[in-house]
Amino acid sequence: MRKISYEQAASEALLEEFRRDEKTIHLSTDVPPDLRKEFGEARIRQTPISESSFVGAAIGLAGSGFRPVVNIRMATFGFVAMDQFVNQAAKITYMFGGQARFPIVYRMTVGASKSFAAQHSISPYSMYMNVPGLKIILPATPYDIKGLMKTAIRDNNPVICFEHMALEAMEGEVPEDEYTIPFGQAVIRREGTDVTVVALAKMVHEALAIAEEMKLEGISLEVIDPCTLIPLDRETIKASVAKTGRLVVVDEACITCGAAAEFTALVVEEEQIFRRLKSSPKRVCGLDIPIPYSPPMEQYALPSREKIKAAVREAMT
Amino acid sequence: MKSRMENKREDLVHLYQVMLTIRRFEERVVIDYRSGAIPGIVHSYIGQEAVATGVCTNLRLDDRIVSNHRGHGHCIAKGADLNRMMAEIYGRKTGYCKGKGGSMHIADFSIGMLGANGIVAAGLPIAAGAALAAQLEGGDRVVVLFFGDGATNEGEFHEVLNLASIWKLPLIFACENNLYSVNTPVQYATGLEHVSERATGGYGIPGVIVDGNDVVAVYEATKKTVAEVRAGGGPVFLEFMTYRWRGHFEAPGIPDLRPAEELEAWKGKCPIAGLERILLENGIVSRQTLEEINVQVMQRIENAVSYAVESPFPAPEDALEGVFSS
Repeated sequence: MRKISYEQAASEALLEEFRRDEKTIHLSTDVPPDLRKEFGEARIRQTPISESSFVGAAIGLAGSGFRPVVNIRMATFGFVAMDQFVNQAAKITYMFGGQARFPIVYRMTVGASKSFAAQHSISPYSMYMNVPGLKIILPATPYDIKGLMKTAIRDNNPVICFEHMALEAMEGEVPEDEYTIPFGQAVIRREGTDVTVVALAKMVHEALAIAEEMKLEGISLEVIDPCTLIPLDRETIKASVAKTGRLVVVDEACITCGAAAEFTALVVEEEQIFRRLKSSPKRVCGLDIPIPYSPPMEQYALPSREKIKAAVREAMT
Repeated sequence: MKSRMENKREDLVHLYQVMLTIRRFEERVVIDYRSGAIPGIVHSYIGQEAVATGVCTNLRLDDRIVSNHRGHGHCIAKGADLNRMMAEIYGRKTGYCKGKGGSMHIADFSIGMLGANGIVAAGLPIAAGAALAAQLEGGDRVVVLFFGDGATNEGEFHEVLNLASIWKLPLIFACENNLYSVNTPVQYATGLEHVSERATGGYGIPGVIVDGNDVVAVYEATKKTVAEVRAGGGPVFLEFMTYRWRGHFEAPGIPDLRPAEELEAWKGKCPIAGLERILLENGIVSRQTLEEINVQVMQRIENAVSYAVESPFPAPEDALEGVFSS
């Protein structure tokens, strides 16, 4: 099968969906040239750097029958428009009693690893998970971003697509034929029997990378990528932990009140699964510090393969 | 000539009916709030009826409006159903939002009322999006955005003036300058006599200052503006000078610190009494006709309250429904 990059896969999804539905419209400060060339400047609209206004304009467009895709670029810029995300986009469907639909896709890059420092590096998806009314997807492969993005554009709700900055250039198999991926279906990236490792975004690849090494130590990892955080496929995670009896969650977002805590609660709250636990669940997450600039400090702030391996070994003891 | 006079008469009577409906609706909401029948908080539109009425009377059903926290008047003037409005304010299942929104979140997308909003200035970007939609649709729809003087100090106000200007959006900024954001005088908060200076000076958007208590002036100014905006002339800023008669909201907590004599002076400029004088002094309608209109309006309000009171509350677990659209 052909291989294309994560970024190209996302771009293909947009091209296909914009051809499919003329009500789609793209808003961003930086115009994607391929879309602009095919669909013109009215639909592929350049915006000033005023996040609140274009994040909110997407709501007005959606409520008037359009399907906006908004590229905010970095998730750190999204905070400028927080009222429009939290008080408006997330609540408007519910608050108005469902009389209108608000199909919107907001794209934001997350993560660290490039020495961009704190105001250009963050993984804030759990903040949005705490706001009912937003769907949240976190594609980790080129195949996933294409299929999930297409589903997101067709969804009738605000969807935030968080894309890890270190995955943009990553290549992977993507079929030529059209496909979509439903929300709320986790993928078991590697089957195993000893420890369930739930990993997010770039950490999916880190977990897979250590799985071979762990195998040499006689530990079999089952690596799960939730793919979408809202809706969340709780059943796949619970079934895996019921089988292995051990859980390690790997996420580069800060550890406090992160998605990792939610996954942990998921298995300890349910009596049936709790009873099957052979060791306490472990979290390998970002440290509770703003992302520092200098490479040694930045790497220290993030989960490393060594830290993941240590957590897995600890879970086995 | 005669038929034009007839139209004029009908127009004026219609303006009167709409203003009076808003006034009576709001008076009843205040009473029922005070009695405890209405929960939450409500922001009364009493005193500002001429603005919503004079503006929305110029709009078609397919034109869209975006409102703010003081939104009942905008809803009524755009043609919302009084029963479903009252039921929503009463927190009933039959309300516009099935009881999930309440006073500050009434919307009726079927008549182009894209929603009130509890966050100052937050409706402005949404209105810009609706105006962009109108532009992309290629027709001559316009969007009217209602907001107060207080919103002009929010960043989104400036962002949206800019967007409207550079994209030539079919957007009418309908600023209700009621001189206070809660208790903060507009001159203190903006350093300006008229907030429309920000649109004209900063963003090149034409601005018009209108007596917001003179419904005919509001109607005429908006009529001209709507025609210009429909023709593709780009955004226009209408600043309606007006005053609210009640405190910021109907709830204990924030005392009304505005000078009593100022309030009394503005009550002397009541938009409804003003139109009544025009109607009577010019012999357009008789006092008896006005009385009949009042009786009809009171009956509609009474019906709306009955509808609300007789409607069931939502079941507690109804709260779980509708977080997402299908």
